[in-house]
Amino acid sequence: MPSNTEPRSATHYVAPIEETPLLAVDQVNEDEKTRSLWTDAWESMRRRPTFWISSILILLIIVVAIAPGLFTHVDPRAANLNDSNEGPRAGHLLGFTRQGYDVYARVIWGAQNSLIVGLLATVLVTIVGIVIGAFAGFYGGWLDTIVSRIGDVFFSIPTVLGAIVFMSVLPARNAVTVSLVLAVFAWPQIARIMRGAVLSAKQADYVTASSALGVSRFTTLVRHVIPNSLAPVIVVATVSLGTFIVAEATLSFLGIGLPASALSWGLDINAAQSSIRTSPSTIFWPSAALSITVLAFLLLGDVVRDALDPKARARR
Amino acid sequence: MLWYLGKRLLQLIPVFFGATFLIYFMVFSLPGDPVAALFGDRQPSPQVIEAIRQQYNLDKPFFVQYLLWIGGLFRGDLGTTFSGLPVSQQLAAAFPITARLAILSLVFEAVAGIVVGVIAGLRKGKLFDATALVVSLLLISVPTFVVGFLLQYVLGINLGLFRVTVSGQAPWSELVLPAIVLASVSFAYIVRLTRASVAENMSADFVRTATAKGLSRRRVVGVHIFRNSLIPVVTYLGVDIGNLMVGAIVTEGIFNIHGVGGTVFQAVKLGEGPTVVSFVAVMVIIFMLANLLVDLLYAVLDPRIRYAK
Repeated sequence: MPSNTEPRSATHYVAPIEETPLLAVDQVNEDEKTRSLWTDAWESMRRRPTFWISSILILLIIVVAIAPGLFTHVDPRAANLNDSNEGPRAGHLLGFTRQGYDVYARVIWGAQNSLIVGLLATVLVTIVGIVIGAFAGFYGGWLDTIVSRIGDVFFSIPTVLGAIVFMSVLPARNAVTVSLVLAVFAWPQIARIMRGAVLSAKQADYVTASSALGVSRFTTLVRHVIPNSLAPVIVVATVSLGTFIVAEATLSFLGIGLPASALSWGLDINAAQSSIRTSPSTIFWPSAALSITVLAFLLLGDVVRDALDPKARARR
Repeated sequence: MLWYLGKRLLQLIPVFFGATFLIYFMVFSLPGDPVAALFGDRQPSPQVIEAIRQQYNLDKPFFVQYLLWIGGLFRGDLGTTFSGLPVSQQLAAAFPITARLAILSLVFEAVAGIVVGVIAGLRKGKLFDATALVVSLLLISVPTFVVGFLLQYVLGINLGLFRVTVSGQAPWSELVLPAIVLASVSFAYIVRLTRASVAENMSADFVRTATAKGLSRRRVVGVHIFRNSLIPVVTYLGVDIGNLMVGAIVTEGIFNIHGVGGTVFQAVKLGEGPTVVSFVAVMVIIFMLANLLVDLLYAVLDPRIRYAK
């Protein structure tokens, strides 16, 4: 076999192989793993310091939420009115609240509920949104019309506003009901995005190919269309995790989120409201913890968007 | 344009009935007897219960109750709270205050947000841009009520620049600080949106054409980039009105403003379900109408929509 680089004898002009795209085709190593959107996204994310900063922060918050006992030995529910609004002292880094609770212990223990509500609401919204959006977009017709109109109704009520009405009449208040109520009003956003993504993925050649091979419509949807439509949903889901945490804190702050006995930053901020003049630090620390947590998820959402949405990457 | 307007109005009708029905259904299908709740621990006589049930239409089937409520809504009758005060009267007193607050914060967030966003977009990658990005991200991640307490403490209590709480009449001047608090998150979103769309439009074909045909930079930026960059911002304003309403509840609560949000805040604290429902229902209706308005504004800005059939 002649070497590729040798000039060939020919009666008519043939471009040297270096100038043709053939060389590139020959050089494709078929054994090499193909780079999917996900590996590409990972490659672009791991080069960004923001990704590592936000991931480490989130990891730390998760550890704090799972094992708060590792970070403090003080009981967050132990109150001594003698310590009311006292400043920091040994063993009590951040001082005491008006009720005499240890501020540091409550900030540490408060992470749990914020994270549970954020994660649970996001998972619920994502699953419901993906399923509804995918079916509506893929099958179209009357199913799409009905589902889209129902979605419009829920979309026309701002999430927290709807949650305020719902929670103010709901007898059971805990992390699960708060997440459920938030999810009830927030699913249309994900469903709309998923529907849009499925509508465009449906046109792709691989869907036609899959149908031509005799694969059933449902299998085509589950195996090919849904996995190829997930990217924009994941971007929105990451950001919405942060907004759900804010929503829980807002509801708890208003007094209709978690019950007053629960450990939550929103509740603590509400309780500290009355002593803002005398000891502002009791309102500062839970606020800071809440803001940093939300910031971490927003930063991660930014990085994920840049990695998964090439258009956004080009804009940067 | 007229066709578009008609289509949007027709689309609004099912959404309006759906949303109001949803709110009504949610509240009235949930466990707990409102009449019993009215009396607390005391046990009223059956006749009293019956009279109250009739007065509030509770003896009629659910769907009839809903239709009566909607009918009342159109006549301006929003029902009475269980304390006897008509909701519409309460609303009439509270609405002007919230309208002032909302106008102030909308003006603040739109003007400041667009100006900062355009400058940042035109100087992409420069110091101003980087600062705007970091500050806006921080503002987005700090919830409204935290911003409220922070500014209340620093500007109100420490520096004494503003009144910490707002008096009953809530004049414009006292609403400046609450308006800034209310606008903070939306301001940050508008900065980011404007920046992104200005940066994107800078490399758009129509901008290159405008530059190539010799238009001054002033005209390219002022007419071609600016106007086209406003489209996503206007779309955002529709969503933002919902955020402002939630924000108003929190902000008016913190600054003790007796507006619509402050009334909801108090009603939530006192567990006055009916007041919360009526007020929030009105807020949702305003939200829908505002979104319709935003859609029309959108059509004015974007000729592709204006002339679409």
